[in-house]
Amino acid sequence: MTPILNFLIPATDACRRTGPHDKIVFSSRVRLARNLKGAPFPGHGRKADRIKAFEQLMPAISGLPQVAPDPYAEAMDKTSAHEKQILVERHLISREHATKGSGSGLVLNREETLSVMVNEEDHLRMQSLLPGLQLDAAWSAIDAVDSALQEQVEFAFHEQFGFLTACPTNLGTGIRVSAMLHLPGLVLAEQINQIIQAVSKLGLAVRGLYGEGTEALGNIFQVSNQQTLGETEQEIVQRLNKVVLQVIEHEENARLSQLEKRPNVLFNQIGRAYGILAHAHTISSKETMNLLSLLRLGVDVGIFPGTPRTVVDELFLLSQPAHLQLGRIEKLDAEQRDGVRAEMLRQRVKSIPTPDHTRVAVRTESI
Amino acid sequence: MQCQVCKKAQAKVHYTQIHDNQVKKVDLCDACAKENGINDPAAFALADLVLGLGASQKIEEVTTTTGAEVACKNCGFTQTDLKKTGRLGCSECYVTFAEALDSLLKNMHKGTRHRGKVPPVARRAMDLEAHIRQLETDLKAAVAREDFESAASLRDAIKTSRQLSPAS
Ligand SMILES: [Zn+2]
Ligand SMILES: [Zn+2]
Repeated sequence: MTPILNFLIPATDACRRTGPHDKIVFSSRVRLARNLKGAPFPGHGRKADRIKAFEQLMPAISGLPQVAPDPYAEAMDKTSAHEKQILVERHLISREHATKGSGSGLVLNREETLSVMVNEEDHLRMQSLLPGLQLDAAWSAIDAVDSALQEQVEFAFHEQFGFLTACPTNLGTGIRVSAMLHLPGLVLAEQINQIIQAVSKLGLAVRGLYGEGTEALGNIFQVSNQQTLGETEQEIVQRLNKVVLQVIEHEENARLSQLEKRPNVLFNQIGRAYGILAHAHTISSKETMNLLSLLRLGVDVGIFPGTPRTVVDELFLLSQPAHLQLGRIEKLDAEQRDGVRAEMLRQRVKSIPTPDHTRVAVRTESI
Repeated sequence: MQCQVCKKAQAKVHYTQIHDNQVKKVDLCDACAKENGINDPAAFALADLVLGLGASQKIEEVTTTTGAEVACKNCGFTQTDLKKTGRLGCSECYVTFAEALDSLLKNMHKGTRHRGKVPPVARRAMDLEAHIRQLETDLKAAVAREDFESAASLRDAIKTSRQLSPAS
């Protein structure tokens, strides 16, 4: 196995991590953008400039106590397109960073909770990623990395504009706080657009994590701050936290009212989802995501007693194209991939007992 | 598709870009495109997509008042580059293009002044500046009340502090 594939935590273990409110919140992330003082930003600089920044930053980051012990630290041109895609599917690098080659790099800690991209759009994009709703903890973790790094490296900073970034949309704190949410209840109750509009008014953005435009595959949404200048990091983190807690409450209520008002509709959808996932011989990524969302909802409402949510979360990850490609020498085309995906799902869903709607017990998470 | 500005006419100008993992889209009718300074769709400025509609026009307004094309002394990035990409070339560009950015930032962010974390180097410089300002106020007061002994020692203190300042 190559160094990065060898380094990564197996999907089963990666999905087994839990956190507060993880029924609805998959993960919390805080990302900071930083740049070296005086050096051209990666997008404008020449290759020699990028390599100079890379050579200064990589040892500084990989030597930090926060990423110890034995972090992964490597140039992006040492990573294949397939491996980069794996990292994207694990949310460890951005899509943009996956297009980068020599002069760009990645530092990753063993737990995969901290990842630092060197020469993405900015010289540094560092993120802390934690399971469940842990925005405060994610901010503290990345704040510590940033502070430790600032003892060795001077970042571009302006008294009025704050931390200087390649794009003015990230200026000031350079912070992007986000939470990944599973909101099937709000989608089924057709309340999701109201929620999106209400949240937008607070200067936050809600969008589908997968899919184009307004489509949110798997009912997975990401809430994040849009503004970075004029507020403290804590204010931004707190506002997002408060909004996410409210969204959780609305999601819980929506699930409850669906169960009370239209239980048959809900059981029908979950049962059909199980049936297709357990027996399909070819299935697209889009259909899979939407059916897995229903399966996850089924686990949450108790239709699959004894089945942990993490089993479904692992299927979300293993259904992604690069993860399906793992362990195969021949490159799968889209059609072959749909077949391989169906095969993987058939085998895994077999271990989940058939849905039993008589076991449904409505239990809401108190906040 | 409807124009996203007037919400009446049919959109004829469409642009999409992915930035920071977010899809940014602009769909405009001919009239609204013109209104926002997007006259030539072929030379569409990414600034409008990345920084918000009307950004390229604002950048241009600043250029025309100053006459010649402004370029960053440190990295050579020009105002045209800013309009074209919606991004800057280096940290010094923020000083070079401060005027153009000022009006853009008002619509983009909660405020136009940073209130978050400050690096230790900048913090020390800012504290020193504040200290010097205080000493200067004290000096004025000492002179006003003809306390020349205090004034002399304050003058010395200001001189010493200025020597510590990285700006000097
Ligand atoms: Zn219009
Ligand atoms: Zn510059």
